[in-house]
Amino acid sequence: MEAIFALAVGIMAGAGIYLILRPRTFQVIIGLSLLAYAVNLFIFAMGRLRHGAPPVIDPRLGSDPALYTDPLPQALVLTAIVIGFATTALFLVVLLASRGLNGTDHVDGREPEDE
Amino acid sequence: MSDWLQHLPILPILVPMLTGTLLLLSSDSRHAPRIALSLLAVLFQLTVALALLAQADGQLASTWPTSIGVYALGGWAAPFGIVLVVDRLAAAMLLLTATLGLAALVYSIARWEKAGVHYLPLFQFLLMGLNGTFLTGDLFNLFVFFEVMLAASYGLALHGSGGPRVRAGLHYVAVNLLASLFFLIAAALIYGVTGTLNLAELPQRVAALNLGDRQLFDVAAAILGVVFLVKAGAWPLNFWLPAAYGNTVPPVGAIFAILTKVGVYALLRIGVLLQESGVAPAPFGGTWLFYCGLITMAIGTLGVLAAQKLDRLAAFLVVVSSGTLLTAFGFTGTLLTGPAIYYLISSVLGSGAFFMLVEMAERNRQQGADLLAISFEAFGMEKRHDSEHPDEMVGVAIPAAMAFLGLSFVSCVLLLTGLPPFSGFVGKFALLGASLASLPHAPLLHVGLFIAGLLLSGLAGLIALSRLGIRVFWDMQRQSPHLQWLEAGPVAALLVVCLWLALLPEAAMAYCAAASQSLYDIGAYIHSVVPQPPPPEIPQ
Repeated sequence: MEAIFALAVGIMAGAGIYLILRPRTFQVIIGLSLLAYAVNLFIFAMGRLRHGAPPVIDPRLGSDPALYTDPLPQALVLTAIVIGFATTALFLVVLLASRGLNGTDHVDGREPEDE
Repeated sequence: MSDWLQHLPILPILVPMLTGTLLLLSSDSRHAPRIALSLLAVLFQLTVALALLAQADGQLASTWPTSIGVYALGGWAAPFGIVLVVDRLAAAMLLLTATLGLAALVYSIARWEKAGVHYLPLFQFLLMGLNGTFLTGDLFNLFVFFEVMLAASYGLALHGSGGPRVRAGLHYVAVNLLASLFFLIAAALIYGVTGTLNLAELPQRVAALNLGDRQLFDVAAAILGVVFLVKAGAWPLNFWLPAAYGNTVPPVGAIFAILTKVGVYALLRIGVLLQESGVAPAPFGGTWLFYCGLITMAIGTLGVLAAQKLDRLAAFLVVVSSGTLLTAFGFTGTLLTGPAIYYLISSVLGSGAFFMLVEMAERNRQQGADLLAISFEAFGMEKRHDSEHPDEMVGVAIPAAMAFLGLSFVSCVLLLTGLPPFSGFVGKFALLGASLASLPHAPLLHVGLFIAGLLLSGLAGLIALSRLGIRVFWDMQRQSPHLQWLEAGPVAALLVVCLWLALLPEAAMAYCAAASQSLYDIGAYIHSVVPQPPPPEIPQ
């Protein structure tokens, strides 16, 4: 499980970074989203990967902490998802405004001269 | 009464949040009540910040056992709940935010508030984010407040819209989103390794780590440091800054003057906590930070000299002040921190005033006048008014607005380049004195480079500002701009505050020294936040 998880995080982060370095705004926003997914999974993994362990106290299981997974990274990841979603949506608006005002989807607001 | 005082630390976050929400809900047509509400909220924040400052300094009776106030959100004690921590440095930053916020808000009422939608609520949310960043004692909470602040700042950076502003805003948003993702990686990694996000609990947990975990922690701390350096505008992470700051509307530029200092503050706060508890990873201090700051200063100075427009020049001045602060914190020893805090306050107030002043000075000038003037100068195509019509120039009455602008401009120049009689001089003088005083411990090379950097950046600022100032103010073809009291007042008030800081420096300097002292006394900080030793780690 760890290897697949690590690969998933790594591939998404790599693809995200590649896209962020591309010159078109749409590529940048997709790159940012992919990187955000990778980061969210990474935060989740920081609570250690456990299978079938609940994050909240279950009366039937008792109060032994070893039976539970760490709830904090899950709370963190929820916050991070919400914030990431909101800021990405905001970036999308800026992207559209830039496209409308500058007439191009290049990140610098104008086409490079050699093209 | 004491019950009420106990809840003081949460107010700088709650008040702007509630005000911002109310402003969002009220319709735009109720113009006067909205402005009154915003002003009242900022005035209230100023009062609270003053009260907190007095409490932290021990001048006002408080319920805090030490000079550090801890407010447990939700009533949970520190290692489990999230806390807000007020010490002298945090209180000073709160006061600085409220002062600058008030000035920028009053200025924007005159005209800029109407240049787009939702200016007033965004402004309150920005203040909420700023206050929260200075108050929080928890790493993830720091991230959340950073995001609140940044989300509001994205909106404000684009206020007024227009091609260049959106283009610069796009870069600003992209860079900061990326930095936020790095912040998350660092925070998650730190939690994964140490099992805590509480800043006060962090040092002892780090000290107990084994070698492998320690290396992971160092990686996390390095990523965190890079994030703060991005926010602080340190070279080579600051290419977005001049365009983004230079293209905002003036009151937003003014309040943005404090945004870079948030990065500096976080770097200082967390850096000191880590440094005093063992080896701090590279971006948090030492030679590395020193040279990083020095290069930032140099790049900022070159930018100041190369800038052809006043607003861009103002943005580069912000870079220079960030560089100066980073260099001072990277210096060997702790002597420079007190003066650096004083310099921070003075430079934030000065840059804020300057951003607002620039727009007033540029009013009624034709587009691209600076560019033309500088090309004329470079190619020796100077027009000679004076030799052709000498008589017309004699006895022209100076309009009051121009006199005010000229005087404020000269004051700002003196303030930002560090010449007497303004607080910039006191700040730089204290920094120079402290760097010389730390000579036996600090390498001679560092002291020399620091002094050279500080003096040269001041000189370059003076040259560039005089050159552009001559172009802007000794322009024959322009009419005198119309100023409103609402616009002139805040600039004058900020300058008076700086003058007061310079003429009666003892109180402010003593406070800054005490703030630096209590910052480095991390034993007291940890003890106030986490009174009892944390429970033993649960085996996994």
